[in-house]
Amino acid sequence: MTVTASPSAPAAAKSKPLSTLLYRYRWVRLVGLLSLPLTWLIGLYIVSLALLLVTAFWFIDPFTSKVIPGFTLDNFVLVFSEPAYVTTALRTLGIALAVTLLSAAFAIPLGIFMAKLASPWLRAVLAVAITLPLWAGYLVKILAMRITFTEEGFFNWVMAPFGITGPGFSLFTVVLTLTYLWFPYMALPVYTAIRQIPVNLFDASADLGARGATTIRTVVLPLLWPALLAGSVFTFSLSLGDYIVARFVGGANAQMIGSIIASNINLNPPVAAAFSVIPIAFVVIYLVVTRRTGALERM
Amino acid sequence: MKNKLMAISATAAVSALMLAGCAAPAAEEGSGELVFDVPDVPMLEALGEPEGQVDIIAWSGFVEPAWADTFTEETGCVVNRRVAGTSDEMVQLMRTGDYDLVSASGDASLRLIVGGDVAPINRDLIPNFGDDIVPGMQGQLYDTINGKVYGVPIGRGANILQYNSEVVTETPTSWDIVWEADSPYAGQITAYDAPIYIADAAVYLMYHQPELGIKNPYALDETQLAAAVDLLKQQNGIVAEYWADPVAQITSFVGGTTVAGTSWEILRKLAADDRMQGTLPQEGSTGWSDAWMISSQSDAPNCAYLWMDYTSAAEVNGAIAMNFGMAPANAAFCELNDEAAAHCEEFNALNEEYFENVWYWTTPIEQCLDGRTEVRCTSFQDWTNAWATVKG
Repeated sequence: MTVTASPSAPAAAKSKPLSTLLYRYRWVRLVGLLSLPLTWLIGLYIVSLALLLVTAFWFIDPFTSKVIPGFTLDNFVLVFSEPAYVTTALRTLGIALAVTLLSAAFAIPLGIFMAKLASPWLRAVLAVAITLPLWAGYLVKILAMRITFTEEGFFNWVMAPFGITGPGFSLFTVVLTLTYLWFPYMALPVYTAIRQIPVNLFDASADLGARGATTIRTVVLPLLWPALLAGSVFTFSLSLGDYIVARFVGGANAQMIGSIIASNINLNPPVAAAFSVIPIAFVVIYLVVTRRTGALERM
Repeated sequence: MKNKLMAISATAAVSALMLAGCAAPAAEEGSGELVFDVPDVPMLEALGEPEGQVDIIAWSGFVEPAWADTFTEETGCVVNRRVAGTSDEMVQLMRTGDYDLVSASGDASLRLIVGGDVAPINRDLIPNFGDDIVPGMQGQLYDTINGKVYGVPIGRGANILQYNSEVVTETPTSWDIVWEADSPYAGQITAYDAPIYIADAAVYLMYHQPELGIKNPYALDETQLAAAVDLLKQQNGIVAEYWADPVAQITSFVGGTTVAGTSWEILRKLAADDRMQGTLPQEGSTGWSDAWMISSQSDAPNCAYLWMDYTSAAEVNGAIAMNFGMAPANAAFCELNDEAAAHCEEFNALNEEYFENVWYWTTPIEQCLDGRTEVRCTSFQDWTNAWATVKG
């Protein structure tokens, strides 16, 4: 956009001083390009996050719930010594992993069907069907699941003739709802990756005597691995930070990390800040592991 | 109720002035009365010209066009409403300094007063805040500190036991059906999802386990808190789900997931389901008492005072109370007409005996609210941590 002015045409250079300047000085170009996103990233994103994390070392006035700057590790000690908090952190980790595995288990066969077997028309319909839920509001989708799984709700009504009663509001429903929410973020990269696998690889595999399952295991999955990990970064980190789902369809024993942060954020911000370090740590570990596989380059 | 706690004498006020400057809230030794170190915030001396608008944080249903529009016509003050869902949210919002007024419940008001976030009220500027205000709502601990009045009462109510009369066919006389492990409705119970709900357990223990010595459900020492948490953990086994969101609570009852649990009268009404009934069991209950409080950083104090006066008038105060489903603060409303009298009767507006059994939400603090000085009571932070352990 800025390097169109030619140095060999002085007339053009005079008429476009800005372009000349940008052409001559590389750093001006860089500043122009990066100042806005960097202000956003550092000024708003990183600083506000740092301000939150610093609070984790501060005190609280037990009467007014106002934070008092200082330095204490008590908040971290509380987070790691209280069994309920540790259980909650592990439960949340389990939920996030379950959601990721479930999404992947749905996404792979669907992706193979869409990319390699479905007619173009059906492929378009399925692509719309996957992305359509993204058009509805987050809360709307959660409430829809709530209505579906309530005691006198749709699920129990449909299943009653078969003598089946639904899971009600439970951990299982939380996993199911989170999978429903984040599935598109797994399905789309997986589908795109499968589309990029040349058809003749399937033919070659078949020629060499491999059956369908063997082809998937030895040809498709290795090529799919980076896309799966890329998708899992979304399903994993989004599930890790959620608490609204647990509140609406979780029943009595589905407390998540977010639930504890939410109940502390007004009354005891330092503990909320200390606890928010846990999902950050989980995600960082996950990203580091993922990075070693090279999946992030495919995102 | 809590008579011992609330009447703060003039001596106490004087000693409070002397205490001003000390770092921590201090209890007056031996007297049993509570004195707090409150920042000295000046009150408005005289009314001036209205500023043209007023920003209010309120519970849903407190500020409605039905009466706010008339107020704007009369005073020229445009009302900007912000609905808050919890007391904690209200406190947080008030501390931004962007709002002039808040409809604070007792668990928010103490924090606001001691934090210096709200200013004392000049009663002379609020003619409607007079003798008609029911006695049970005047001079309470949570809005009258060190002899200064900080809140203009709006209304009060009890957290009721709501039940699905199709399943729970007889009116329950005790909260035991939501607490005991052998409840006939185990697995179909709902409970309020907030640390303040620990007080509900304390109210139940106060009645059934007097040996614990709980005198005020908001003044629990370590042992008493542990007992309440044990009861809550026992309840966790029979709870279908906790509710923090009113819509979730209504769908939980109407959808059949729960058949009994704690509720507000307005939620029972909003459910619009004849099967839903409410009662106040023998143990009593927790409840709330709300008051308008003016921000110490208000940029529209005149409009704020006009609003407090306007909403304290019998008609408007009654309209708010009827809309929310609570007992109005202004007793004069009950004599306006038959409908008003019926409302007051239904919500026990003039029945102080009924409210003897209702423990209004109050912020639990380290200084024991029941006047004990030999032990340290548990603070709201302790309650928040305890609440997390209840849900595992």
